[in-house]
Amino acid sequence: MDLITGAEILVRCLKEEGVECMFGYPGGAVLHIYDALYAQDHIKHVLVRHEQAAVHAAEGYARASGKTGVVLVTSGPGVTNAVTGIADAYMDSIPLVVFSGQVPTALIGNDAFQEVDAVGITRPCVKHNFLVRDIKNLAETIKKAFYIASTGRPGPVLIDLPKDITIGKAEFHYPKKIKLRSYNPTVKGHAGQIRKAVDLILSAKRPVIYTGGGVILSEGSPELVELTQLLGYPITNTLMGLGAYPATDRQFIGMLGMHGTYEANMAMHHCDVLIAIGARFDDRVTGKIDKFCPEAKIVHVDIDPSSISKNVQVDIPIVGSVPSVLRGMINVVRDEKLKPDAEALDRWWRQIDEWRAMKSLSYRQSDEVIKPQYVIQKLYEVTEGKAIVTSDVGQHQMWAAQYYLFDRPRQWINSGGLGTMGFGLPAAMGAKLAFPDQDVACVTGDGSIQMMLQELSTMKQYYTPVKIVNLNNGYLGMVRQWQEFFYQKRYSMTYLEALPNFVMLAEAYGHVGMRIEKPGDVEGALREAFAMKDRTVFLDFITDQGENVFPMIPSGGGQNEMLLAERDEMVSTHDEGMVLL
Amino acid sequence: MNNNNRHLISILMENEAGALSRVANLFSARGYNIESLTVAPTDDPSLSRLTLVTYGNEQIIEQIVKQLNKLIDVVKLIDLSETDAIERELMLVKTKASGEQRAEMKRLADIFGGHVLDVTEATYTIELTGTGSKLDNFLRAIEKEAILEVVRSGATGIALGQKALRV
Repeated sequence: MDLITGAEILVRCLKEEGVECMFGYPGGAVLHIYDALYAQDHIKHVLVRHEQAAVHAAEGYARASGKTGVVLVTSGPGVTNAVTGIADAYMDSIPLVVFSGQVPTALIGNDAFQEVDAVGITRPCVKHNFLVRDIKNLAETIKKAFYIASTGRPGPVLIDLPKDITIGKAEFHYPKKIKLRSYNPTVKGHAGQIRKAVDLILSAKRPVIYTGGGVILSEGSPELVELTQLLGYPITNTLMGLGAYPATDRQFIGMLGMHGTYEANMAMHHCDVLIAIGARFDDRVTGKIDKFCPEAKIVHVDIDPSSISKNVQVDIPIVGSVPSVLRGMINVVRDEKLKPDAEALDRWWRQIDEWRAMKSLSYRQSDEVIKPQYVIQKLYEVTEGKAIVTSDVGQHQMWAAQYYLFDRPRQWINSGGLGTMGFGLPAAMGAKLAFPDQDVACVTGDGSIQMMLQELSTMKQYYTPVKIVNLNNGYLGMVRQWQEFFYQKRYSMTYLEALPNFVMLAEAYGHVGMRIEKPGDVEGALREAFAMKDRTVFLDFITDQGENVFPMIPSGGGQNEMLLAERDEMVSTHDEGMVLL
Repeated sequence: MNNNNRHLISILMENEAGALSRVANLFSARGYNIESLTVAPTDDPSLSRLTLVTYGNEQIIEQIVKQLNKLIDVVKLIDLSETDAIERELMLVKTKASGEQRAEMKRLADIFGGHVLDVTEATYTIELTGTGSKLDNFLRAIEKEAILEVVRSGATGIALGQKALRV
């Protein structure tokens, strides 16, 4: 067999894994790898303008397509810049393989130029990582990395590659299959537990199905829809779970949690059986743990045993992949012709419809100033609810989640766990590369967009025409909202003076810029932008500076202690709540 | 339920660079306690055995066990506190040993089943093995001022009977 370089082995491995697109930035330690990439044409490499964007773009690609995202960065600052993105992927369980260059093996530990301990720095925020010390292990390590990243509860895996490993030569042999004695995720749920769960679920008088990102990651949406409709139960999604169940269906009661709908949070608070699927009882969902679902027996389906009973003790845990476990439940219900308690369910729905009638997402429309919620509603109409929507982090993120109705999984792409400002633009670029024929919108704000602005340049180079919907209120709006409510309007460091002229900025990067100041112009501008199929358009919407996100459960509150727009006096939370912030 | 009980957890893990850091990192990142930690290769050179002592209520210990199992390098583990097991720790103590003290120190070492490994005109170096609490008792039994140096290995252990932690 021929001897080939480590760099060539890496490229061959990527081909074996079916990688079509990767994101990266060159530098000294990875020059050999870039040379090997130059010599091939089956993998498209996207040159970003900052390594953090490489990881977010790979995340956008992975979140939209379900494939594993691939990143290549150099040693030292290359990999430290990537850390925020890696941590983001870790929190949201996104499958990534990140290759980082490293100084030559002989120099490791010498404080060499552009040396950092990449495996040490990333250890707390990866599913696993490797430092390759022998070229003979390179191919197998890459195989392991893809396997670990994409199976079980997915996550990022980093491979640190000393430069001499990429230059050295070895035979290429890519293992077809890999088996790790220490890693073997449980996919199939325990039949006895499934049976017990079905009994409890069917005994419910006031059931709620609560699902998260795990349903989307495991491609469990068809089974979720089938089971939910078979039972006729109300369903709520977490921020990460939106799209797993069609938001336009009657059984969908909206997002739950800190900025969830009144009906979703009230139903959670009053339910007697909670069916949690691929969700992790995050603090933004539960509010104060002691007040969470006080009357409920809980079934929890998750592929990660450590997610179960971590924050909330559950009654019937089922470890396994969502589609497999839900298929098991559906089979039991169908085979035994089991029926829910129709009378109780009817009463429950009437109660939920009363809560729904509160119209907790209503807001006061204005003829003078653009309401941010209105922009999202119009975005939904203009794109006919079909666009892939990415978002940054803050008020605009919550409005996008509340007012754009997502009907399919992988349509809504946001940074849920880590809450990374700057995520939206590169993620939109990644999503567009995965689905060039679909409309992609990046909902952002004047704070977030400035954290990754440089990627407008990448988007020009690689023709990724997305529509940037900037809800510009001149504030770091979510922080301002908290300062208004809980810090007596002391707006410390949240007013962004000297914002750039975003229209000119977009044009400087070779894109189209539009500034929209009147509510009457919102729809027309969106239609015009989406008609420009092959252009990136920056829509700078000048929105109401004082608008707040409602409903809101202040930290430390229970799910039944929601504040609704213009109905409740805002009260200071107690000290305990401030700590939870 | 809310009692912070002492647990002796023994782990078989891949004998790889970084495996120990992953365990140590997990405890610091998630705010769990580690009282002691000991690690060495096993008869199978690809595996290390790590034993640690931690405190926590039932729920915390359950999370610790799950989080440890989630680490890719962890092959198997056992909570030895949940089963009949032998716990042993090694301690080396350097003590003052002059005058009347000298005979008394030797006598106490004998009572605790210790060995004197090194003798000078004024000191003894004593080796003791046993459970953590037995070693504590020895230190309490001798005069506090007599102690010059204490080195403890941290607890390790093995299950009783036929149960064996192996791959």
